[in-house]
Amino acid sequence: MLKIDNLHVRAGSREILKGLSLEVAPGQVHAIMGPNGAGKSTLGHILAGRDGYEVTEGSVTYQGKDLLALEPEERAAEGVFLAFQYPVEIPGVNNTYFLRAALNAQRKYRGEPEIDSMGFLKLVRQKLSVLHIKDELLNRAVNVGFSGGEKKRNEIFQLAVLEPTLAILDETDSGLDIDALKLVAEGVNLMRSPERSFLVVTHYQRLLDYIKPDVVHVLADGRIVESGGPELALELEQHGYSWVKDRIAPGASA
Amino acid sequence: MSTAATSPLVEALDAQAAAMAEATPLLAPARALAREAALAHGVPTTRQERWKYTALRALAARRFEAPAALVDVDLKVVADIPAPRLVIANGRYAPALSDLHALPEGLRVRLLSEVLRDAPTEAAGWLASDTEAADAAFQQWNGALADEGFVLEVEPGVRVASPLHLVVIGVEDGTDRAFHLRHRIVLGAGAALTVAKHHLGAGAHRHLLNTVLQVELGEGATLTQARVQQESDGATLVQRTQATLGANAHYRRLDLELGGALSRHELDVALAGEGAQLDANGVLLADGRRHIDTRLGIEHRARDTRCELTWRGLGAQRGRAVFHGGILIAEGADGSNAALSNKNLLLDDGAEIDTQPVLVIHADDVQAAHGATVGRLDDTALFYLRARGVPLAEAAAMLTAAFLREPLAVLANEALEATLGAMLDARLASAAASRE
Repeated sequence: MLKIDNLHVRAGSREILKGLSLEVAPGQVHAIMGPNGAGKSTLGHILAGRDGYEVTEGSVTYQGKDLLALEPEERAAEGVFLAFQYPVEIPGVNNTYFLRAALNAQRKYRGEPEIDSMGFLKLVRQKLSVLHIKDELLNRAVNVGFSGGEKKRNEIFQLAVLEPTLAILDETDSGLDIDALKLVAEGVNLMRSPERSFLVVTHYQRLLDYIKPDVVHVLADGRIVESGGPELALELEQHGYSWVKDRIAPGASA
Repeated sequence: MSTAATSPLVEALDAQAAAMAEATPLLAPARALAREAALAHGVPTTRQERWKYTALRALAARRFEAPAALVDVDLKVVADIPAPRLVIANGRYAPALSDLHALPEGLRVRLLSEVLRDAPTEAAGWLASDTEAADAAFQQWNGALADEGFVLEVEPGVRVASPLHLVVIGVEDGTDRAFHLRHRIVLGAGAALTVAKHHLGAGAHRHLLNTVLQVELGEGATLTQARVQQESDGATLVQRTQATLGANAHYRRLDLELGGALSRHELDVALAGEGAQLDANGVLLADGRRHIDTRLGIEHRARDTRCELTWRGLGAQRGRAVFHGGILIAEGADGSNAALSNKNLLLDDGAEIDTQPVLVIHADDVQAAHGATVGRLDDTALFYLRARGVPLAEAAAMLTAAFLREPLAVLANEALEATLGAMLDARLASAAASRE
């Protein structure tokens, strides 16, 4: 599904990812944990196609394609979805209008027929009821006036409507209280399937109590320094991130 | 009498003014006053502060003919504009295009040509207004030459619900012509009216339209007015709007400047009565080689007056948008509240935006806020839309439309807002197509 090989990325003069390698199989949930500044958010941005970064070495292969060669909208249509850490407010653009335009643009790219407004509304109602989202959010401008929790749930709602193959959740738990966290996690769990993979980027182990990962990676100083099962997250929780510093091999950052 | 440097434009207009003065003897003194003032002041140049960003050299070198007899216009041009509808085509009232069957009760509609003929002494005062001002040459030419326009009056206490549509069309007829229209809207105390004015173009004409609109709102009167300027790409429009608001009068206004080669609008509003309120928003869409210049002159003259001004500009290709937001809070206008926001999008390197908010306060205890920005589309928002699958061009169009639609809410009239929003969207779609 996704293969990241020896990825080196810089932003300006600063090298952020320093040889990151990772492989995700279909249906798997991988968690990426790590201290602040490790490059977690950069990874999400690079996979979704945000500009401002330079890939100096390495490759990202997604379903056999060179992902880095695609425009952000092409990646989305190929099934890559990034749930933003900070969902963007877009005044004047209606949430439903935006989402329908996005879905139809993706369908057009894939050679599928467009969904008309009746069909779209039906789809939306069905997803809303599953996710327990108030439908008043639909008629507001994208993320404008949404609470922190509403913004994150709107991301998961978009995830549910767009049905990607690879979903990257970038610190989706940040700023959420426990109830909001549970709702978001529940939405994600409903979306799990043998064909869909998740990359869950988080600072805290808490989210992983509700979204059970198959594999946990520790990202520090631009590289994966440790991989393991769910128990690794618990270990991190106990010892904090200070111990991973010892794991950064001398010379790795050279 | 001192005479400013002459030019082909001035010579042509003056020849028409000479002929006009002879037509109605009762109007001759007023016409002469306006004509002399116009001749004395000449065509404004960029050395004058008010015209610093709008050069009229090319215009001054051109000649324009007077209006001809009524031209033929396909009814299709106005088919989208609902009744009741009054139409002026190439400076002449066009009864065949107008539709007055649903004219609301309590609204008196006259044409300026009727008033000039039947009540010349009433009209003389209108024509001779502002003959003293050194910076009002176009208005003075208008006084010397205006021979058509819409004169609307609403009796005190009458609240007209359905909107009246006024249409002014420039039609290609093989000659460059100058039209001078003078409109008046007068609302009695407690009266209300909604007016939508449409500037349309038929064919690739290069006419000059010189308009003066005088607005007088009595105590507690409410005027809601939209003006959509979609003239042909070669048209030149110069307009001055002069409004005086009585106590607790409310003037809501939206200007969509979407067409023409050069469009200059001076919107002068005097908040003369206590508690008078102005909400004036607008969109300046300067793409192609268009030059759009809007100059606000808002004067708070009485206590507790309010103005809220939200303007959005777009500069693309080689277009230029000029915005001057002038607000004066006079001595004694305590408790006044003024808010001006002018945000602009600059899409191409060849485009230019000049914005200048100017706030002058001579009163105590006032609240005033103004801000002006020029920027590009928000990269973060663009990326967010693209990351959901919306292609770059479509994402840019979505953000641009959202940015420019914001001022439309001022009308507080959903049906009108939807109609005008659709016009704006259609115009943006054709602009996007021409950029590709």
